[in-house]
Amino acid sequence: MVDSQQRTQSEELKPPVTRVKVIGWIRANLFNSVFNSFLTIVTLYGLWQIVPPLVRWAFIDSSWNTTGKACRAAGGACWSVVTKNLRFILFGFYPYDLQWRPLLGMIILVTLLLLSRNRRYWKKSLGYAWLVGLFSMGLLLRGGLFGLSPVESAKWSGLPLTLLLSIFGLTAAYPLGVVLALGRQSRMPAIKSLSIVYIETIRGVPLISLLFMSSVMFPLFLPEGITINNILRAQVAIILFTAAYIAEVVRGGLQAISRGQYEAAESLGLNYYQKMRLIILPQALKIVIPPSVGILISAFKDTSLVVIIGLYDLLKTTQATLSDPKWMGFSVEAYIFIALIYFVGCFSMSNFSRRLEQELYRGT
Amino acid sequence: MARNITDSTDNALPAKIPFWYDPTKRAIIYQVVVLGMVGMLGYYLFSNTLANLERQSIATGFGFFAKEASFEIGESPIPYSAADTYARALLVGVLNTLKVAFVGIILTVILGTIVGIARLSTNWLVAKLATIYIETMQDIPVLLQLFFWYSVSYESLPSPRQALNPITGVFLSNRGLVFAVPESHPTHGTMALAFLAGCLAVWALRRWARRRQERTGQPFPVFLVSIGVLFGLPLAAWLLSGAPLKMNVPELRGFNFQGGLTLSPEFVALLLGLVLYTAAFVAEIVRAGIQAISRGQVEAAMSIGLKTGQVLRLVILPQALRVIIPPLTSQMLNLTKNSTLAVAIGFPDFVSVANTTINQTGQAIEGVGLIMVVYLFFSLTTSAFMNWYNKRKALVER
Repeated sequence: MVDSQQRTQSEELKPPVTRVKVIGWIRANLFNSVFNSFLTIVTLYGLWQIVPPLVRWAFIDSSWNTTGKACRAAGGACWSVVTKNLRFILFGFYPYDLQWRPLLGMIILVTLLLLSRNRRYWKKSLGYAWLVGLFSMGLLLRGGLFGLSPVESAKWSGLPLTLLLSIFGLTAAYPLGVVLALGRQSRMPAIKSLSIVYIETIRGVPLISLLFMSSVMFPLFLPEGITINNILRAQVAIILFTAAYIAEVVRGGLQAISRGQYEAAESLGLNYYQKMRLIILPQALKIVIPPSVGILISAFKDTSLVVIIGLYDLLKTTQATLSDPKWMGFSVEAYIFIALIYFVGCFSMSNFSRRLEQELYRGT
Repeated sequence: MARNITDSTDNALPAKIPFWYDPTKRAIIYQVVVLGMVGMLGYYLFSNTLANLERQSIATGFGFFAKEASFEIGESPIPYSAADTYARALLVGVLNTLKVAFVGIILTVILGTIVGIARLSTNWLVAKLATIYIETMQDIPVLLQLFFWYSVSYESLPSPRQALNPITGVFLSNRGLVFAVPESHPTHGTMALAFLAGCLAVWALRRWARRRQERTGQPFPVFLVSIGVLFGLPLAAWLLSGAPLKMNVPELRGFNFQGGLTLSPEFVALLLGLVLYTAAFVAEIVRAGIQAISRGQVEAAMSIGLKTGQVLRLVILPQALRVIIPPLTSQMLNLTKNSTLAVAIGFPDFVSVANTTINQTGQAIEGVGLIMVVYLFFSLTTSAFMNWYNKRKALVER
């Protein structure tokens, strides 16, 4: 009896409609003050002006699998420039029949990246898997072993080249970066100042200047008769550049380890290498995983700069497609497509790093 | 292990420690080895380079500075022609870089602050839009954005004859952005002088007001008076010289516009790409700075009777700026370094001019060296300024 009475009372005393559900939410989040109401109305008007024409251009009037001429007639977005040239944009000049090889390599890399997202798989075996994966990616691109026909590096292009430059760049730069970070922390003045000069110089100059250096100065550095192909030269420039940034990130990790850890290791009688390898670096490198992912993201974006020294990465193959008279004038569509590729890559990585950061901070 | 200990207790200390167990001597050996290796690598590269240069018979040195450049530069803040020297061409490049960096930094700070505050807005729509903007811009390479805006400007915009005319006096076409500017008049110089005098007066006024407040406790409305002085003095100069209002309005003559001020499509694309990209990062910095201040600070400030403006100016901003300024400067530096991408869309910035110089003279080492020195100079001066600023603004801890 009492129970039912209470229930009827609480049913009678429902909150006003304007405070709950959709209307309440709109009031609380869009019209909670005069200024916000004004802002909402202005924003909605702006969206109304922009979004419908954009949707019309991108979806309703667009052509998806036609020729360039038909595109021009249709008037909307011409996604055909992407669909008709997809394989050239993604793989560039790589021999048409062999394009399954870079594709397989990229699938291996993406699988490894996805596996690395899960902290349950963070074991030594994952590290070996990465080494094997990187090696097989290189082997698949290059060929020449196990009956794979060799493909010269001048033909490596498109998305595989972008991935190769950024992921190989980070992998090779990491050891160098760690050494530089340790050098910067060192008590020996000569080693310390060498590390500081290197790190600050590289961080102070734009990547472009290093790429120019790799394309016009490297050939002068080498003894007569020895030439290095331009992909490897660009790769070296990217490694040297990335290493300086990694060094700063690792230094942050080293500084975050409390002094007690260093002193405890020393009091156990460990020498410098044992101290670093067994006590300090395992902890420091764990802290700096999220910012390292940030560096991978920048490396992934920055490899697009190799366009300027004439390498055919994803951006350059797109431009090569656009210089074809049949497809001239559809740059916006093509650029939106590769922007989407970059966005998916970077966004998933940055999401991962953000999640990881929360987990690691909660863990410690 | 145990045997060692008994050994050392038995025999006391050995008379002489072998030098490989002495940390100080070992450190010296390590450093000598490392320096020797670096020196040998340097010597190896240097000798190779000398041999290569001799074989290709390229003269070294900066003698090419005084030679005639014989290439045109699309736009230049100072008079320049192909008959001028390489030194002057490179100077034009530096000035163009500074122009992009200066305008870009101002616009980036404004846009980034607006977006950063918008992201914290209680208005759901505005906050979501700001988040989408930040995520999208951060995850697309800036070079791709530059190409995008450049291609929009030359593919999608009409020719000057059908130029878009959003506001009176402003024309947007594939030849760039043209807008009306006041016709130059001698009074503009006077106005600039008046503005400078205003700056000096404001500086003196602030000092005096602070002293007076320390002495008597009387606050002085410095901010309002400063604004009055800064804008009032030039306005007075303008009014005194008869308020010249003549505008230099662009007009279509033949195939292009005459008069007004023209911003080339390359400049506009570069500026747009850099500003939109960097502003996304600045917005995150501003958001972090604002969130770093605890609510208690605001409440404490209000409870001692400060007005909203004073809370912002005396309590929130000084603390938020301490968090914001260091990462902000590194973003400004990034913008300056990213402006080197101008070479990809044909804006004659320093790298672009230096690149042309390298191609024409073959002086690769000097050219790349110059690029590095110039940008290193920018970043070292900025970080020197940063250190000075940090020291001034750092919390004084007891």
